[in-house]
Amino acid sequence: MRHVIAILIENEAGALSRVAGLFSARGYNIESLTVAPTEDASLSRMTLVTRGSEDVVEQIIKQLNKLIDVVKLIDLEETIHIERELMLVKIKTADKMRDELRSVVDIFRGKIIDVTPTSYVIEMTGTSDKLDAFIATVDKNSIIEVVRSGATGISRGEKGLHL
Amino acid sequence: MELNGAQIVIQSLKDEGVEYIFGYPGGAVLHLYDAIFQQDDVKHILVRHEQGATHAADGYARSTGKPGVVLVTSGPGATNAVTGIATAYMDSIPMVVISGQVPSAVIGSDAFQEVDMVGITRPCVKHNFLVKDVTKIAETIKKAFYVATSGRPGPVVIDIPKDITAPDVKVSYSYPKKVEMRSYHPATTGNKGQIKKAIELLLTAQRPVIYSGGGVVLGEGSQELIELAHLLGFPVTQTLMGLGAFPSTDKQFIGMLGMHGTYEANMTMHESDLILAIGARFDDRVTGKLDLFCPYAKIIHVDIDPASISKTVKVGVPIVGEVKLVIRQLIDGLKEAKYKIDKKAAESWWQQVNQWRSIQCLEFDRNSRAIKPQFVIEQMYEVTRGEAFVTSDVGQHQMWAAQYYPFDKPRRWINSGGLGTMGFGLPAAIGVKLAHPDADVACVTGDASIQMCIQELSTALQYKTPIKIINLNNNYLGMVRQWQEFSYESRYSHSYMETIPDFVKLAEAYGHVGIRIDKPEDVRPALEKAFAMKDRTVFLDILTDRTENVYPMIETGKSHHDMKLRVAIGTTTDRELS
Repeated sequence: MRHVIAILIENEAGALSRVAGLFSARGYNIESLTVAPTEDASLSRMTLVTRGSEDVVEQIIKQLNKLIDVVKLIDLEETIHIERELMLVKIKTADKMRDELRSVVDIFRGKIIDVTPTSYVIEMTGTSDKLDAFIATVDKNSIIEVVRSGATGISRGEKGLHL
Repeated sequence: MELNGAQIVIQSLKDEGVEYIFGYPGGAVLHLYDAIFQQDDVKHILVRHEQGATHAADGYARSTGKPGVVLVTSGPGATNAVTGIATAYMDSIPMVVISGQVPSAVIGSDAFQEVDMVGITRPCVKHNFLVKDVTKIAETIKKAFYVATSGRPGPVVIDIPKDITAPDVKVSYSYPKKVEMRSYHPATTGNKGQIKKAIELLLTAQRPVIYSGGGVVLGEGSQELIELAHLLGFPVTQTLMGLGAFPSTDKQFIGMLGMHGTYEANMTMHESDLILAIGARFDDRVTGKLDLFCPYAKIIHVDIDPASISKTVKVGVPIVGEVKLVIRQLIDGLKEAKYKIDKKAAESWWQQVNQWRSIQCLEFDRNSRAIKPQFVIEQMYEVTRGEAFVTSDVGQHQMWAAQYYPFDKPRRWINSGGLGTMGFGLPAAIGVKLAHPDADVACVTGDASIQMCIQELSTALQYKTPIKIINLNNNYLGMVRQWQEFSYESRYSHSYMETIPDFVKLAEAYGHVGIRIDKPEDVRPALEKAFAMKDRTVFLDILTDRTENVYPMIETGKSHHDMKLRVAIGTTTDRELS
């Protein structure tokens, strides 16, 4: 099962490596990991996507909670939540393809944020599935590069992950 | 009070109540050693290798419950300490290790004796700190002691760059009385609903057993465990780390469980319908093959660390909390529920347990011409009236000490259970002896293990810590040899030492007393003589039956009811003499 875990962690040097180190030491897998400071500069928020059986995910959450720098965490799978990932894609564009590509970008509600005579850079946000779907739609040979932020997530409604 | 960084470190340790620092100087900690020189409150024990410092601090911690303190220099000093830090981590021993670091300005430049200590130790500490500001030293030390000693204890490393302890930078000092960490709140009492569920199971169990571990020792829950066990009347088994928390001479005690546990303990576990696990972690050396582990049992698991619960074995009733408090809750709950032992069920269960006991799985050949290692431990038990602190190294001798020295008190049995660190016993014994100068302290070891930290014999002389080294010398890496005999058709690959030193001469060279024993009848007198020499460290080099094995044994991939027992007890005399 895929789980999205949101973590509030002390914004200190080495905090990220404690989390990453835990995963490698215990053989858990990380599908993606994003981290940045929050509105409270002393805290960072991490979104970690992992896969594993229920038992493994339970252990992952317990082990994360055990890290002294982890202040609070939540398994977003247990709540109704929203996930977004940002993707930037650079695509080679031959003349005849440009219109068609533009309309596909529109369908996916993406934006073209850089244009040259031979390329587009497309910005797109959405669930990781949606971004996968876009990539599948585009001719593979035309893709120059893809950069993805990894998933971030937040629960719906008034409740939230805060101190 | 205005102090420089080095003085702040030492003053903080003093204010924390630290008696001893175990350490070794070097470039990055010279300022600290200068501050140590200028005071008498915190005593420094100079070891001969940093691994020895960590194990000595560990022995001190295990025997007292107080945190052990270590001071090492950067680079090799720090890396030498890592084995001892990992040893303490695996057994949840409170320890604070201060390591020097190269000056802040050159961190990251591959400076002389630079190593990323915070990075290296991250997976084997409870937490670690890099101090970047002289004004943060006192607070960091307070936090380190708080984290190391609370919740599930463990080692904490504080890495301090040399410039932070510089003599010319003085700042105002006060040691914090308390420290709050928003991200760290260890559990205390158990959840009431869970306690209630546990009590319901305890009331109806027909074939129950208490399985207690090192957590009861660390959590000072011994008295409560005894009270609970006597109230319930259940058989009690303990892990290697738990020995002594429940008296081994109590009639409810059925021996250690696991790979080299007793037949009765493992069979009782296997056939039980309810396991009350307290401060134990279902380690692989305890469970054997997981799929076959205790097939009929419901499990109640009390532990301070939620991550220990359902890690390897799924449990029905998890209770997170301090063992001392949770056991008290259980006792109160049982009394409230007017618990009475179901005499009929108890009688038939005990009858079964006693039948398993009656095969006497620990019996060995007492008429052997060779010295049986088990016999040595039994004799040592008698000579010390069961009251010694016993440290051990790792291997066969460790198991024999655990099997044949019945500990009646917690904190008397000091060994590296989790990491299995050879070289632990001697330095640990020095730490124990410093903490308990009037007690008998024995280090049970083997000819291979003792050589891994033998340099600490020199420390034992310098600080006058008279310990007794019981070297069960079989000229083999005994446990490796045993596994090779059982699993590799006796291909003894590198488990034999062609050359070992003359331990008697070696002991004498280090300024101690050395005695060699090669006949069973000499064992008792030699032990008596050694323990009577109160002010000398004595090295007893005892040449034991070379091919003796540890029984019972659950081999890899087998379960509790599938034990290898000593065959034809009393007829295994055909052993070669060394």
